[in-house]
Amino acid sequence: MKYMLLIHTAATQSDAPTSDGCEVEDWMAYDKAVQEAGIFVAGHSLADLTTATTVRVGPGGERTVTDGPFAETREILGGYYVIDVPDLDVALDWAARCPGAHAGGSIVVRPVAEF
Amino acid sequence: MRDPRADRPAETGARASVEAIFREEHGRLLAALVRRFGDLDLAEEVASEAVEAALVRWPVDGVPPNPGGWLMTTARRRAVDRLRRDKAYAARLAILQVEADRAEPVPPAEAGDGLPDERLRLFFTCSHPALSAEDRGALMLRCLGGLTTPEVARAFLVPPATVAKRIVRAKKKISQARIPFRVPGPDELPERLPGVLQVVYSIFTEGYAASAGPDLQRLDLAEEAIRLARILRRLLPAEREVAGLLALMLLIHARRAARTGTGGELVLLDEQDRGRWDRAMIEEGLALVPAALTGGPPGPYGVQAAIAALHDEAADVATTDWPQIVALYDVLLALTPSPIVEVNRAAAVALRDGPAAGLALLDALAAEPRLRAYTPYATARADLLERLGRRAEAAAAYRQALALAGTEPERAHLRRRLAALESPGEA
Repeated sequence: MKYMLLIHTAATQSDAPTSDGCEVEDWMAYDKAVQEAGIFVAGHSLADLTTATTVRVGPGGERTVTDGPFAETREILGGYYVIDVPDLDVALDWAARCPGAHAGGSIVVRPVAEF
Repeated sequence: MRDPRADRPAETGARASVEAIFREEHGRLLAALVRRFGDLDLAEEVASEAVEAALVRWPVDGVPPNPGGWLMTTARRRAVDRLRRDKAYAARLAILQVEADRAEPVPPAEAGDGLPDERLRLFFTCSHPALSAEDRGALMLRCLGGLTTPEVARAFLVPPATVAKRIVRAKKKISQARIPFRVPGPDELPERLPGVLQVVYSIFTEGYAASAGPDLQRLDLAEEAIRLARILRRLLPAEREVAGLLALMLLIHARRAARTGTGGELVLLDEQDRGRWDRAMIEEGLALVPAALTGGPPGPYGVQAAIAALHDEAADVATTDWPQIVALYDVLLALTPSPIVEVNRAAAVALRDGPAAGLALLDALAAEPRLRAYTPYATARADLLERLGRRAEAAAAYRQALALAGTEPERAHLRRRLAALESPGEA
């Protein structure tokens, strides 16, 4: 069963890259563990939210492109993993091990819909 | 929600006895079916069908020597039939089962006899932290207590549609997010077991001190919680906090008859007729306390059981071992710091050191936001103010408690105290 781990980091005033309390080595170690466990399906880290652009298409087909969104909440989506594990408990264990779950961040675990 | 038992009234004594057996067997049957087929919906459906078949057969043929085995065999046949008819469903379940087997292989099917007790898995699934807190109790009563949806609704004083919605929502999450049917390993157990005990205890406290409604106590809920704790105690005999929770509930529930007066009003511990306490239940509770408190550091349920035991062993308030109770509250506060425990400790200090000492502790908690709407806080203050002869302040505190009280018996008790305070001649 596939689960997406949505990694939300605490939004900070300073925008310092290591302000989430996790070092690059922590992320590398975690990524290595996910790969070696044979559960990795997909995963990316997202560039800074200030680089985001939003697109909407209106009922008449007109396209609106805007800068942002900007962080209105305390936590912003910083990256994700999709993992393939037997059940939610295993997915929650992997989420708890993720550096993004620590130091004020959180991981939202969502099952990937099956059709 | 399909539930044949809810649709028709009990017609005959035979039927009632069949239903009693079913209620006893339901959790065990359901858990074994879930284990076998890995799907709660299918398990509930075929369990209901097996019961329907029993309700038809047993009054005619007599109750079989092994009712649980009969129900299991019948349910299992129905499930196999169902899967034969619905190939897509079967294929989906097969995939689920293969994945579940990756984590933990299913043992081979057994003869109806000697059905392994798989209920512990179901306990952990029903109390999984990924389910919403209000859904957990309903699901546990439904799956392990064998209550129908309307029975759960009556117990919680909510419309059946609300309970049905909660159960559907919980089952959907279990199935779609794939919350497993498993007992956490020894390393996870300390983290997960308190969640299970919390669900059982919240069912009990809702039954013991109903948060709303005409009745102070809803004994069926309290008794159901005790029944669930007895099952847990059998399944986890080495867990001290399970023993502690069962002991605590028994030691509190033993006082049920003395808790309400002739007019249905609340009677507090100090005024209860202790001759009406249930001695056999107290003995059962007391016998569990050593198991709850030995073999490691005490847990919060064990400590609360020890406090309840001291009350239950005392002949009256005056001879209660208050120094020991205060000491136990200190232990409890260290384990689970909470303003509510502080209030109880202050009341015990008042009985050890006098009302002024207790009141000073209560007044120090005045700024605590969680106590602002907590009736026992206002009641305890009123009581101590009254004992100190500060009548005007006591009356104000009783009025405050009266405004907060959720049930009619609580209000009746407070009105009586207030009336006695305002016209001492008639008290």
